Amino acid sequence: MPDHTGYVAAAVAVSALVTWALRALPFAALAPLRASETLRYLSVYMPVGVMVILTVYTLRNVSLADAAPVGLALAATLGLHLWRRNAVLSVLGGTAIHVALASTVFSHS
Amino acid sequence: MNAPSAAAEVRPPTAPAPPPSDVRAALKDSSSVGLALFPLGIAFGVLVVHSGLDWWWASAITAFVYAGSLEFLLVGLITAATPLAQVALTAFLVNFRHVFYALSFPLHRVRSRAGKVYSTYTMTDEAYALTTGESAQSWSGRRIVWLQALCQVYWVVGATLGALCGALVPARLTGLDFALTALFVVLAVDAYLAKRDIPTPVLALVCALAARFLLPGQMLLVALGLFTAGLLARRALAARGMGEEAARA
Repeated sequence: MPDHTGYVAAAVAVSALVTWALRALPFAALAPLRASETLRYLSVYMPVGVMVILTVYTLRNVSLADAAPVGLALAATLGLHLWRRNAVLSVLGGTAIHVALASTVFSHS
Repeated sequence: MNAPSAAAEVRPPTAPAPPPSDVRAALKDSSSVGLALFPLGIAFGVLVVHSGLDWWWASAITAFVYAGSLEFLLVGLITAATPLAQVALTAFLVNFRHVFYALSFPLHRVRSRAGKVYSTYTMTDEAYALTTGESAQSWSGRRIVWLQALCQVYWVVGATLGALCGALVPARLTGLDFALTALFVVLAVDAYLAKRDIPTPVLALVCALAARFLLPGQMLLVALGLFTAGLLARRALAARGMGEEAARA
């Protein structure tokens, strides 16, 4: 698929450019940013909310049939992280449980 | 030991290798994050090849985009042949939080122009978290750039290995995409523990669910827009005084 490669390359380039712009440009506008109380407030309260929204976003296409393995894996990830506070353990553990459940007990095939 | 002289700092990027102490220190500083980035990179590489992309895309995406959560989303967007404008919008929304990192990231300590360019290019959540901690206050610019370079190496090498191994495994691993969900859950918990404020994640959850059911096609944009508006409204209410917010803060 020759067209495909061009499209993927363009998608990667667009993502890289937007990401870098977001990381680099604010340094140029540092002074007004520092002065803004509202931006300060947002920078404190936004991260947790953005992560919650992204979590829901990744689960937006989960069907009712997949609710059980996803729910159990979510609980496992959350429990592991509150217990050990180890990101690697929580991510690997939660994912392993989801893969195990989705390909065995809750397999569709 | 970790503060090279001013003369060393202004050397052009093509100058001979820096004092080994900076590299060694950066290796140690990056070890905890490396332990997380490397296996997650492997999971990303496996996801790339199992999505039908050639293995080298795993290296290319991790090297060029280098923003973990966006990269996982990007693979899904690419396989769905999402229009480029929507890819750009997603990149903007997912990574918008980086705008706030400029408030405290120690870029002023990185002296050379090339160093500044690279440092902003690789200013990930992990790099930000490491370089703004209390113990990082004395780190030199070189030590910071080395730390960022090492983090990127862990990530790219992990993804490449994962893609190469994933290409060898014929069986489809269903459910591997949950790694991204798990990563966001972990980041949400960490962010919550830093502030321990219940209304904010609840507000975000309500916004996300509302957007999912009202406008599923534009879910991210609508959810983040509603959430930002909600936060601003909450701040305005608190600023009016007498609110319990003031007491809590």
